[in-house]
Amino acid sequence: MLKRTPLFAAHQRAGGKLIEFGGWEMPVHYSSIVDEHLAVRRAGGLFDISHMGEVSISGPNALAFLNQLLTNDAAKLAVGQGQYTLMCNERGGVIDDLYAYRIGPQEYLLVINASRIDADLGWMERQLAAWPKRSEVQLKNLSDTLGAVALQGPRVRPILDQVLREPIVGGTRAAKASDLKKNELAVTSFGGEILYVGCTGYTGEDGFELISPANRIEEIWDKLLAAGHPQCLQPAGLGARDTLRTEMCYPLYGHELDENTTPIEAGVGFFVALEKGDFNGREVLAEQKANGTRKRCVAFKMAEKSAPPRPQYGIWSGGVNAAKIGEVVSGTQSPSLNLGIGLGYVPVEFSRAGTSIEIEIRGRRYPAVVVKKPIYSKA
Amino acid sequence: MKSDANDQIMSSQVPSDLKFAKSHEWLRLTGDTGTVGITDHAQHELTDVVFVELPAVGRKVKAGEACAVVESVKTASDIYAPVSGEVIEVNKAVSDNPGLVNSEPYGSGWFFKLKLSAPAEANNLLGSGDYAKQIGQ
Repeated sequence: MLKRTPLFAAHQRAGGKLIEFGGWEMPVHYSSIVDEHLAVRRAGGLFDISHMGEVSISGPNALAFLNQLLTNDAAKLAVGQGQYTLMCNERGGVIDDLYAYRIGPQEYLLVINASRIDADLGWMERQLAAWPKRSEVQLKNLSDTLGAVALQGPRVRPILDQVLREPIVGGTRAAKASDLKKNELAVTSFGGEILYVGCTGYTGEDGFELISPANRIEEIWDKLLAAGHPQCLQPAGLGARDTLRTEMCYPLYGHELDENTTPIEAGVGFFVALEKGDFNGREVLAEQKANGTRKRCVAFKMAEKSAPPRPQYGIWSGGVNAAKIGEVVSGTQSPSLNLGIGLGYVPVEFSRAGTSIEIEIRGRRYPAVVVKKPIYSKA
Repeated sequence: MKSDANDQIMSSQVPSDLKFAKSHEWLRLTGDTGTVGITDHAQHELTDVVFVELPAVGRKVKAGEACAVVESVKTASDIYAPVSGEVIEVNKAVSDNPGLVNSEPYGSGWFFKLKLSAPAEANNLLGSGDYAKQIGQ
């Protein structure tokens, strides 16, 4: 039985086409992927992200525990700030990538991938059981009690203030939620329940993620859509979420990231804070940062008209002695560029921008070129 | 192509002068020549067609054989020959502008033309009423 989010009925009403994603029944699109993608780039889109997991880590030793568990330096977070970070195993392989928000002096909220909730909690509980000061850390899985939506696009800021009318009582003490800057989080309320609003997203556009108890999410969704109507806000599905993040080269767990791939190989070494002291995977990651890795995750564009690249297609070196050098991990037709784009792993000698490669599509190889990340940026 | 019909929201066009394959291709017969495309329902399921790969002119295909590919942003789908025959013409306009499959699935969005080698096979295809039933209309 597939799991359903608190917005399942809202998706049906909106004509969403529902598919299976990581054990969840989620809308892939309402109108079409391209239409929703362009709406987010030009105006605004509203995504159901209630399938994502939330974990609360609190207590006098919460920070020390998190800094052992995660690669980024949580000590840099003031109350009301968040950061992208990764949870690695001892080999530096990625268990999950996530957002960590400091929501109180000794309280953190982790937002984790839907497909990794069980794996993450298993890992975190084992790590905590072995943690010397475990009595000073509380770990709570809030995934089933909280829902969330992502409001994304250049025209969404004013929409937020029309729907969030209650004072901000925690986190970053902005006058109103739309004053939040990138990676800031405010605590407010909606319908008598707590609501977290973080200025972040997965699209490359300005925007917010709103997290609240599941029983309030449908009203938040409806009110945002109604308030956003003049700004052309529209519901957007997982299809557009994937094409938007692929244009930005944001990793998706299970594609760019897995337990046998390190953040350095994936190109997110910026979020590995070696200077903070020991943490899980540090030895391997420090060695890779110093000496480089054999493989790298690169972005590429197709060089001529072709079918869109797709995950698992072969990547070949160009030229006379062409050989298979890697595999596509994410690929699609970029709605912004109207061109095939993708991400894939290749030996480091093929990772420089400008390198000619070939993508094998149904037995034929098509020319492509390695490009700088992100693949898409605003003119 | 493969498609499911259980969540059809808007009703799709099903022209009465065409024959239909269960796999959502249509066939327009003119003498022993057949024009092949995909149905309005199919294009609606695919959305955003961005690439069409057509068979070589002169290729002989059997009914049910995969002989073209249609790619949307979402996915790649095989197109099956609804009847056996030889490919005598392909639609260059649809390779240049794959969006025609979405905008005019029964018109300028056609894929290829076949000279039928076993015209009686067309009787195995669905009429518009049965196809409409198949897609839940």
